[in-house]
Amino acid sequence: MNEPKIGVLCSLIRKDEKLIFEALRGRGVAIDKIDDRDLVLWLNGNSFPKYDCILERCINHSRALHTLKVLNTQGIPTVNNHAVAWVCGDKLLTTNALTHHGVPTPRVAIAYTPKSAIAAIEEFGYPVVLKPAVGSWGRLIARINDLESAEALLEHKQVLGSYHHSIYYIQEYIEKPGRDIRAFVIGDRVVAAIYRTSEHWITNTARGAVTSNCPVTDEIQDLSLRAARAVGGGIVAVDLLERDDGLLVNEVNYTMEFKNSIHVTGVPIHEEIVDHFLGVARGEIDWRPRNRNQESP
Amino acid sequence: MSASCPSCDAEIVFDDGAEEGEIIECPECGVELEIITLDPPEVQEAPEEEEDWGE
Repeated sequence: MNEPKIGVLCSLIRKDEKLIFEALRGRGVAIDKIDDRDLVLWLNGNSFPKYDCILERCINHSRALHTLKVLNTQGIPTVNNHAVAWVCGDKLLTTNALTHHGVPTPRVAIAYTPKSAIAAIEEFGYPVVLKPAVGSWGRLIARINDLESAEALLEHKQVLGSYHHSIYYIQEYIEKPGRDIRAFVIGDRVVAAIYRTSEHWITNTARGAVTSNCPVTDEIQDLSLRAARAVGGGIVAVDLLERDDGLLVNEVNYTMEFKNSIHVTGVPIHEEIVDHFLGVARGEIDWRPRNRNQESP
Repeated sequence: MSASCPSCDAEIVFDDGAEEGEIIECPECGVELEIITLDPPEVQEAPEEEEDWGE
């Protein structure tokens, strides 16, 4: 059988991408590195070179989102597909998809003005969490402890932020046990999970949280797979919060970072990613959206 | 195979598996660098984090 023609869409190469390249080369697969900084996408006609599959590993969400849309429109399979990136790249859409599919999440309200945001925040009670709908690595996330800080923060966002900082994503604050859980979903399997532990309430590894192995319980497996299906499947990292009455899905990430999780879990996540990617490239795994609700515009 | 750090002029030695586009850290001053080319070895300061960077 001919080897599939594959590409990796990326720009800056982090340890995660290096591990993926190593895994691909270890299988003797030739890789086209497609640097989004050099890319010109022609929208008239199916002009993009033919690939059996392209793995998206961009560091810029907006470039990933737009490029995936063009590639998928031109019939090129991608991992993940555009619909997954579209839903996971926006917390509003993620939570909407999760709740629509009955996946438990913290309560979330969306508001567009400081006045309506204050009304929602007061209804939640304090503390409450304010997040940018589009953002990552714990950036610009705030825990609001009282009305005065809410008013100040909302004014700053309105005056200093670009328009999307005035789409206020307000989330119920969940008292975590000093950690959260990240589950790595690849296709129909949860291949590993980690605890992310920090003295800070924000437990992103980009903010210094320490990783350790988390046994994949039945509850973690079930909830993570339901969350992954709700956003369209593929390769995703599901962030879970522990509460006395059970787990909640906080966020779902579509270009997941995993370099700090291989050693602690003993699972070669990069090899699992490559297995799935090559399975799509060989036509053995469907890459398209899992349900009609996730078909992107 | 080595390059010079544009910030502190330290010698930057590439690992065997170095990749163009890879982010590395200067061992002397700690600045983040991007490998621009492997041959000839060339680095530049890595781009500043942008608002839509992430996972």
